[in-house]
Amino acid sequence: MTQQEALQEYLLRLADSDMILGQRLSELTGKAPAVEEELAVMNVALDLVGQARNWYEYAAELIDDGRDADKLVFLRDAHNYRNLLMVEQPNDDYAVTTARQFFFDVWHYFTLKSLVNASDERVATIAAKAVKEATYHLRRSSEWVKRMGDGTEESHRRIQDAFNLLWRFTGELVTPDDVDQAMFKAGIGPDPEQLKQDWFGMVREVAAQATLTVGEEDAWMYMGGKRGEHTEHLGHILAVMQFLPRAYPDATTW
Amino acid sequence: MYAQMVETGTKRLKTLEEMSPEERDFQEKVDAETKIEAKNWMPDGYRKTLIRQISQHAHSEIVGMLPEGNWVTRAPTLKRKLQLMAKIQDEAGHGLYLYSAMETLGADRDEEIQKLHDGKAKYSSIFNYPTLNWADMGAVGWLVDGAAIVNQVVLQRTSYGPYSRAMVRICKEESFHQRQGYQILLDMMREGTQEQKDMVQDAINRLWWPALMMFGPHDDESPNSQQSMVWKIKRKSNDELRQMFIDQTIPQLEFLGCTVPDPDLKWNEERGHYDFGEINWKEFYDVLKGDGPCNRERVATRKKAIDEGAWVREAAVAYAAKQKQRAEKAA
Repeated sequence: MTQQEALQEYLLRLADSDMILGQRLSELTGKAPAVEEELAVMNVALDLVGQARNWYEYAAELIDDGRDADKLVFLRDAHNYRNLLMVEQPNDDYAVTTARQFFFDVWHYFTLKSLVNASDERVATIAAKAVKEATYHLRRSSEWVKRMGDGTEESHRRIQDAFNLLWRFTGELVTPDDVDQAMFKAGIGPDPEQLKQDWFGMVREVAAQATLTVGEEDAWMYMGGKRGEHTEHLGHILAVMQFLPRAYPDATTW
Repeated sequence: MYAQMVETGTKRLKTLEEMSPEERDFQEKVDAETKIEAKNWMPDGYRKTLIRQISQHAHSEIVGMLPEGNWVTRAPTLKRKLQLMAKIQDEAGHGLYLYSAMETLGADRDEEIQKLHDGKAKYSSIFNYPTLNWADMGAVGWLVDGAAIVNQVVLQRTSYGPYSRAMVRICKEESFHQRQGYQILLDMMREGTQEQKDMVQDAINRLWWPALMMFGPHDDESPNSQQSMVWKIKRKSNDELRQMFIDQTIPQLEFLGCTVPDPDLKWNEERGHYDFGEINWKEFYDVLKGDGPCNRERVATRKKAIDEGAWVREAAVAYAAKQKQRAEKAA
């Protein structure tokens, strides 16, 4: 694996995770628990898909096989998607949506914060804009975790159940593989050890304030998204998302 | 135009002589184009009519997100997806903004939303039609937002200050949505495949008449219009607005190279307007009563979102109360 191959792979991970979470959030259109939340959820979704587009455009330039950002989004099958398993999990109830967002946001924030200093200028530029958005996302999801955790008995139970349900997908956020290591060595990606510490530090801190318990670091973890082995959900997400370009392959403009 | 057939509660118009001094003072202000503000005295009927109209408008923004939500997950390019998401976000914003304008009149947002869920409050009939292909996202922007703008541009001069100011801001964003919607259709008509062009025509065929119905019944069938016009809540009649919309839309339709399903549509040189066929009023009243293609689904979806979200809102309230208590204890 050359450094450029690792970078392409890494960019697709960032892009795909943003894209799939943005897609999941847009499923909530008209279905959020309050009008204010309609606005906030769509705002986050919009940021994520916008960030995804920036990463895809850079990835497409590096891959340089004639595919543009749209082709990467709409014409790759699930096994070529590199998103974290966390983001493809269904919206379910709002506690699950919130916990998913929070776990992701903590990872996203620290990752982007580190990428701002990447030796690759393009990565640093995209991250600099994205980290501002991610900072807001994290503040928002942390606040909701606290409100639910330290709100009513019912909300506490729901968000605790959601934490328990999704805990098995958190390992993938903080367990580095060859690509992550290569990116760190190249001065692009975050220090995996540091990222792990930061992630657990923040998650434990917010959970404590929210009167919630978190799982063990060495609990069994479901991983595979980064190498294209996904949960059953992703195929359905793509079936919806890619419907038009797949159904009308001759269409060159929309 | 997201408000149709708003009840005013008046059977006939009062003359200035019949009015109380307060009423007369109010009416003279309205006649002089002085904006009525929340703290000003206003007739009860004026207040209630405005609450009904603004809440209908707000509900329409929120319910109107659903037909678009049907396609936002299937938008065919990143650009179109981002545009549609931004449009939906704007609509949620309009909804919030309008609910706030409504609350300046002493109405309660939750109560008004409850009326919507109980089937007692209306929203624009257009959102009871399904969005069946991607071109609907273009046609909704072009025709539905287009029809809304025709009405709302006039409503910028409506007599109630907070509503008028809300309209100024909303109109800017709606115009943007309309151009975007038209561009979706234009791109497909110019550079699309035959299948895409067929989608565009199909969308227009289905949405044309429902878009015309957005302006409400004929003036002589619109018993509440007269009072609303005197109060300057409404500034132009339903038929006038419908004609304006048709006159400005048909050239755009021709530029697209599409048609509308109305054999009677033709330019009338003498009138200087387009003539057009009769709307299927039975369909209009059926949809208003609840018997449209998607009425049940739209209301059920909104009700479910708010009902199932109750625990989330309760959590926020409980948390805020605890925080306050802690702050007081610490102080």
